Amino acid sequence: MAVTVRVPQLLRGLTNGEKEVQVEASTVAEAIQALELRYPGIRQRLVDGGGDLHRYVNLFVNDQDVRLLSGLDTPLPEGSEIAIVPAMAGGC
Amino acid sequence: MGGASVLAAAGLQCRECGKTFLMGPQYACDACFGPLEPIYDYGALPGPAQLRARIASGPASMWRYADLLPVAHDPETDLQAGFTPLLHARRLGRLLGLERLFLKNDAVNPTWSFKDRVVSVAAAAARRFGFEVLACASTGNLANSVAAHAARAGMPAYVFIPAGLERPKVVTSAIYHPTIVEVEGTYDDVNRLCAQIADERPWAFVNVNLRPFYAEGAKTLAYEVAEQLGWHVPDHIVVPVASGNLLVKITKGFRELQRLRLVEASPAPRVHGAQAAGCSPVARAFREGREYVDPVVPDTIARSLAIGNPADGRYVLQIARSSGGVVEAVSDQEIVEGIALLARTEGIFTETAGGTTVAVLQRLAERGAFGRDETVVAYITGMGLKTLDAAEGVAGRAVTIAPTLRSFEQALHEAVAAGGRAGHGLAGNGHLHGGRLQPAGVPASDR
Repeated sequence: MAVTVRVPQLLRGLTNGEKEVQVEASTVAEAIQALELRYPGIRQRLVDGGGDLHRYVNLFVNDQDVRLLSGLDTPLPEGSEIAIVPAMAGGC
Repeated sequence: MGGASVLAAAGLQCRECGKTFLMGPQYACDACFGPLEPIYDYGALPGPAQLRARIASGPASMWRYADLLPVAHDPETDLQAGFTPLLHARRLGRLLGLERLFLKNDAVNPTWSFKDRVVSVAAAAARRFGFEVLACASTGNLANSVAAHAARAGMPAYVFIPAGLERPKVVTSAIYHPTIVEVEGTYDDVNRLCAQIADERPWAFVNVNLRPFYAEGAKTLAYEVAEQLGWHVPDHIVVPVASGNLLVKITKGFRELQRLRLVEASPAPRVHGAQAAGCSPVARAFREGREYVDPVVPDTIARSLAIGNPADGRYVLQIARSSGGVVEAVSDQEIVEGIALLARTEGIFTETAGGTTVAVLQRLAERGAFGRDETVVAYITGMGLKTLDAAEGVAGRAVTIAPTLRSFEQALHEAVAAGGRAGHGLAGNGHLHGGRLQPAGVPASDR
């Protein structure tokens, strides 16, 4: 499946300044692997040694938080968009 | 203010990996994505006596603590937030078995919530870093404050809110004429979208790229309480939890005061967090003994607390556990009753977040979490007119009469009869209570 990954400013140093990257993947984990092949080092910025998402990294598939879906196993329909967003919050 | 600010702010540091950065509009660590927060060179500050004198000679606002904030005071943006009343709550305290219950009434800020504290710092930082536009992701209160501070500073404002907010909370932003963007989604959707927009536009998102500065404003809620208690630290505090920032920063504020010897080396306060059951990811993690918080989809009337993925949840858990406090959640019904209880006993009309705090305070008191003579401070963070709908069901109703003495006497008689205590109210001390004229519903000793 061709999917689009939206890269936050914090990681654009690794993607040669690219904001949007197209990869072939059918799950979030595969998309991260595909990114790593193209931009070595990006995987460890997103995922820890145990294969879990870093605490302060949020990933959204078509605007849904993957932590509310199936995490890194979340499937990616054709044309999906993955957004990588640093965690932060407002409210009190 | 008393002399030039002796700012001790030294830079930013990642709370996770410790990497340091220069002061700037950056909020996440480029190494680990962890949150950044200002660090201070406490050694650069004068000793306690002199520091207290500097504070005492400062303005009657949160900027009296400018020495402990990450940016200098900016009169162009300042609406003089803070230095709100700390009330000794004798009547509510008696009901809960507490002799020293205090309410920090932050509903009386310029835009009627504690958000004015954080925005005041963020707006000053925005100007310092040369931003021309102020923006935020908000559940309502923050949007009010950003819009007002932007108006004061003559800056354009963009405020992003979830669609379907309480109407008063939208109008209380709209009146300052920001661009209001209603997003069809939850606060967490709004938040994510704003993080993405902040990456593409040179705007000062107070709670995104200026979050390290914004967040520090909440420390002043600790400073003020300590100063108002005669430079003493309370034994317990009860704080509402949405993202968790407020609780974390109030705790930081008390720790700084101890470190700077502005208060005696007393034990740190036991810190209790209050959530709404319909959005209680932190309370659940606390109950289940977990270290991390799993996100939830919020469903509660306490919309200012409806953050399903609280960024500071983990720190809230650490602080509550290590201080001997708890994180509790109460139902929407209890929240509404908390609003009514506070209004009837202390004359303070708070919004749903304050109702949540009062309901948790009550539950903890009933459970015996507080000693009778311990000092307990509950933080009331916003005002009731903004969530009027929530209060409708528990508010009293007017008695309608003809403009005649006879009609009045008749109504009074019926009310007293309905109240079941005939003869009492006619003496002149009856009052409107629970929708009917009744004799005062509190023991005579309380009057």
